[in-house]
Amino acid sequence: MHIAITDYVLEVVQNAFEANSTETRVVLQETAEAFAVTVTDNGKGMSEEVMKRVLDPFSTEEGKHPHRKVGLGLSFLNQATELAGGELAGGELPLRSEVGVGTTVRFTFDPASIDTPPLGDVVSTFMTLLAHPKAGSLVIERKTETDGYALDRKELIGVLGDLEMSGNLHLLKEYIASQEAALS
Amino acid sequence: MAKMTLEELRKLREEKQEALEKRSIEGKDFRIIIGMGTCGIAAGAKETLSTFLSVLDEEKIKHVAITQTGCMGLCYVEPTVEVILPDMPPVIYGKVDADVARKIVKEHILGKRLVTDHMFDRPAADIIKQDGGR
Repeated sequence: MHIAITDYVLEVVQNAFEANSTETRVVLQETAEAFAVTVTDNGKGMSEEVMKRVLDPFSTEEGKHPHRKVGLGLSFLNQATELAGGELAGGELPLRSEVGVGTTVRFTFDPASIDTPPLGDVVSTFMTLLAHPKAGSLVIERKTETDGYALDRKELIGVLGDLEMSGNLHLLKEYIASQEAALS
Repeated sequence: MAKMTLEELRKLREEKQEALEKRSIEGKDFRIIIGMGTCGIAAGAKETLSTFLSVLDEEKIKHVAITQTGCMGLCYVEPTVEVILPDMPPVIYGKVDADVARKIVKEHILGKRLVTDHMFDRPAADIIKQDGGR
């Protein structure tokens, strides 16, 4: 199982990339009532049939992992949110999705619950996502009640160049760390 | 730390770029591939990636391509990392925590010596039967 909320964020956004999303938006909002994460993508989307099976740990998308019969990301997340007074939401189904249009996953954790995992390393999570080879156009918004910042992958590539190179990645990490440290 | 602006980031990048051009030992074919599947993340692959970046920066090496991939099929020794250098065999290392990541940079990338106690490899498809022996 994962130990931090950002681990789940990483996983859900990777799902979006693997669904060939070219425009992905991640919002991580922290208030007194909830840690709320919303991931919106324009990937291939899911049919209702697939969505019903999405929380089943013994179900995964055909072809995504040859030889493998498990898909644990969302089922772990579902267990964790349930335990910590949060939810993995999207009306009656655990998320909203439409074939050919995209998917929105939203999940929350109650900060007051003892079972809520720690937020984890926000800086390295955001850096990892921005450097993902399939990230396409990605915007990450981090919000607290009074403050926030946004990271736009296209803009950052414009400044730094190739986000695969270790030197550039290191600068990216410093940049995100400075945004995160200045948060109030 | 004061909040950095994009303009400041640009300047910093230009400064680093100049420092970089003075060094010649690096090729662009250096590649580190980090397994970032569910198993990798749970085992701490993010910390591994962060450590690689810091150590490479400390050693003033800027041109290593760092790529993420999914599960490499070695979930029991996560975090797993593949290191590809032009004049060395491609190697998969397992159980790469921060200390091992540091060791890989110093010994494998800089010293051109394999870190033998953490070497693993892909399941050997060439010596097992197609049906897995069933």
